[in-house]
Amino acid sequence: MRTMHFAQAVDDALAQAMADDPRIVLFGEDVPLLRRDLLVRFGPKRVRGTPISESAFLGAGVATAMAGLRPVVEMYMVDFLGVCMDALLNHAAKLEAFSGGKWTAPLVVRAPCGGGYGDGGQHEQSLWGWLAHIPGLTVLVPSTPADAGSLMLAALQHDGPVVFLEHKLLSETWLEFLGSGARRTVQFDVPAEGAKSTVPEKWKPLSIGKAVLRRAGDDVTIVSVGVGVHRALEVAHAVEAEGISAAVLDLRTISPLDKTALCEAVAHTGRLLVVDEDYEGFGLSGELAAVALEAGIPLKYARVCTQTTIPYGRDREDQTLPNVKRIHAAIEQLVGDKRK
Amino acid sequence: MAPDLWSLYALMLKSRLFEEAIAKLWHDGLISGEMHLGTGEEAIIAAVVAQLREGDAMALDHRGTAALLMRGIDPVPILRELLGHPDGLCGGMGGHMHLFSKEHLAASSGIVGAGGPAAAGFALAAQYLRPGAVAVAFFGEGAMNQGMLMESMSLSSVWNLPVLFVCKDDDWAITTQSAKVTGGNLNERARGLGVPAVEADGLDASAMWEAAQGAIERARSGQGPTFLHARCVHLEGHFLGFQLIRIVRDPIREMAEIAVPLTKSFLRPGGAALRERMAGLKTVIAAVLSTVRDPRRDRTKDPLPRARAALQSDPARLQDLEDKLEKEISNLLASALLEVVS
Repeated sequence: MRTMHFAQAVDDALAQAMADDPRIVLFGEDVPLLRRDLLVRFGPKRVRGTPISESAFLGAGVATAMAGLRPVVEMYMVDFLGVCMDALLNHAAKLEAFSGGKWTAPLVVRAPCGGGYGDGGQHEQSLWGWLAHIPGLTVLVPSTPADAGSLMLAALQHDGPVVFLEHKLLSETWLEFLGSGARRTVQFDVPAEGAKSTVPEKWKPLSIGKAVLRRAGDDVTIVSVGVGVHRALEVAHAVEAEGISAAVLDLRTISPLDKTALCEAVAHTGRLLVVDEDYEGFGLSGELAAVALEAGIPLKYARVCTQTTIPYGRDREDQTLPNVKRIHAAIEQLVGDKRK
Repeated sequence: MAPDLWSLYALMLKSRLFEEAIAKLWHDGLISGEMHLGTGEEAIIAAVVAQLREGDAMALDHRGTAALLMRGIDPVPILRELLGHPDGLCGGMGGHMHLFSKEHLAASSGIVGAGGPAAAGFALAAQYLRPGAVAVAFFGEGAMNQGMLMESMSLSSVWNLPVLFVCKDDDWAITTQSAKVTGGNLNERARGLGVPAVEADGLDASAMWEAAQGAIERARSGQGPTFLHARCVHLEGHFLGFQLIRIVRDPIREMAEIAVPLTKSFLRPGGAALRERMAGLKTVIAAVLSTVRDPRRDRTKDPLPRARAALQSDPARLQDLEDKLEKEISNLLASALLEVVS
C-alpha cells in the first residue's frame, strides 16, 4: 500500500489511465502549471492550457468527446461552471437522449469545490445537487484519496459525461494555492483521513453509483459526501459516549444515487440525518428524504446543510457550513425520543 | 484640461500604502483566502477614477480595492471587510473579491469577464436615469478571452452605451502567459466588435489620464463606448503567495518542491515518447524562466516612482504629501485593527 494526498491520488490514477489509453487528453486554465507532472510525462499535445474561455473549452470538450477522444476538462472551481453551464446542461447531458441512445459524450469535468478556507461565496460552493438535478450527468464526490483515484479511473472509463468534484479542504494543492498561499499563519480544519491516506498500488475503477457504509450504527444513519463524511464520522465517534450509535453512509456518487444502500441504511435505524455542504433547499438533502419515503420507510429526519450564501468572514463561514456542533445538535434532536 | 499629477500621485500612493498594509495583514493570517492586489496598476485606476463623478458606475474585477479607495469610499470599512468583520463595507459577507458600494454604483465580481455585462447594464440604466453618466469596466487581458466580455462590447456598440472598457494588461492570465492563449490583437478585436480602441501607457499616470479623458468625454456626450488598452505589471503577481513569484523570491526552497515530482514523472515508464516529454519539460522550464526574468523585479515597471520623479521639482511639497499619506494610512490601520481586536 502507498500513502497519497487526495489530489496526488487523482493525478496518479489519471496518469495510469493516460498511459493505458491514448484517447485521454487534458485541458483547462493553467493546466501546464497545475498538472506539470502530467505535462512532462505525456507531452503538450495531451496536456494543454486554455484561455479564460470556459464556454469555448468546455463546449469543445463535449464535442471532442463525441468525436472519439476522452477529454478531462478542468474548471478552476465548480462555481465557474456558471459561466459555461450550457455545455453541460443543454449539450453533454442531452446528447444520449437526443440521439436515441446512439451517441454519448464521455468527458470528465474535474473541478475543485467546497469551502472552509475563507474565499467567499463565489468561490466556495458545492453545487453537486444543482448538477445532479440534470438527467444525463454523473456526479462524483469522493471523500478519501483511495476513492478519489478509483473514481477518477471509473469516470475515465464511463461512456457519458461525468463531473468529478474535488473538495478543496481535502486537496493539499488547492488549499495551498487558494487558501494559505504558503502562509504558516493560517489554519484550516482539514480531515486528516480524507486529505492523506493509503491507496492501492495499482488503481482499479470503483463502481459508479455505489455508496459505502463508513461506520455501522443502530440509532441514526448519517448520510453525507466529501468533507461532510469526515465531520459526520467525528460526531458519530463523539456521541458513542452518550450511548448513541450512529451509522455513517458515504454516498461517493451523487448521481446516480445508490438508493438501495440508502434505503437499507435508513431502514435499519429509522432515523436519517443528512449532512450536506451544498445548499439546503431543493437539493440532495430533500432528495434523500424523498427516496426513503417513496420506498415506504418510516423515518425521522433532520438535515445539516448550507442554508445561505457562504459568508466571507471566517467565523460566520464556519457556522454556515455544516460543522460538528450543528451535526451533534441534530443527532440529539433526532434521537431525543430514544433517551426518554 | 491637463492632468493634475499631484492629485493622481496622491491617489496612487494612498492606494499603494493601503495595499501594502493589506499584504502585511494577509501574511499575518488576519485576511483569509486569496488576496489579489492592484499594486502596479495604480496609474490606470487613478487616471480613470479621478475623472468619475456622481452617478458614474464601476464594474470591478477580483482586484477592486484600489478603485474603491480612490473613488472615495471610506478605507476603514474596506479594511474591516477584508478582515471579515461584521461592520465591514459589506458586513464581512463579501471579502475583497466581492466588494460593493450601492451609493457609488460600484460592484465587484470574482468571475473573470463579468464586469463587461455589468458595465453595459450600468450604462444602459445611465442612458435612462442619469444622462451624461458613464460606466467603467476594469478587467485584465485574460478576461478578453471571455465570451461575455466580447458580447458586452458588441452590445455596447450597437446600443451606443456610455462605457469605458479598461483593459489592464499585465500579460499574465493567472499562471499562463496571455500571448500563448490569445488569438489576434486586442485592440483590433475591440474594433471588430464596433468599439474604438485607444492604446495608452499604463505606467504613465498623465498619459493615462489624457487617454481616459477622451474616452470619458466621448461616452458622456453620447458617442458610445471606448476600449482603453493599457499595459502594466502586477508587482505581486496574480495574488499574494503566488507560486511563480515565490519561485523568484525563494528559488531553492520552491524549486526543490517542484523539481522532484517533476523529474520522477518525466522519467516514469508509460506515456509519451521522449520528444513529447522534452516538449512538455520545455514548456515548464520556459514558464519558470520567464518568471525569473519577470518584469516584476524591474522597478522601472512601477508607475509610482515614475510619477514621483516628475514631481521632484518641488521636493518639500512631495515630502509633505508622502508624510501626510503615510500618517493617514497608519492611523486608519490603527483604528480598523483596534476595532477588530476589541
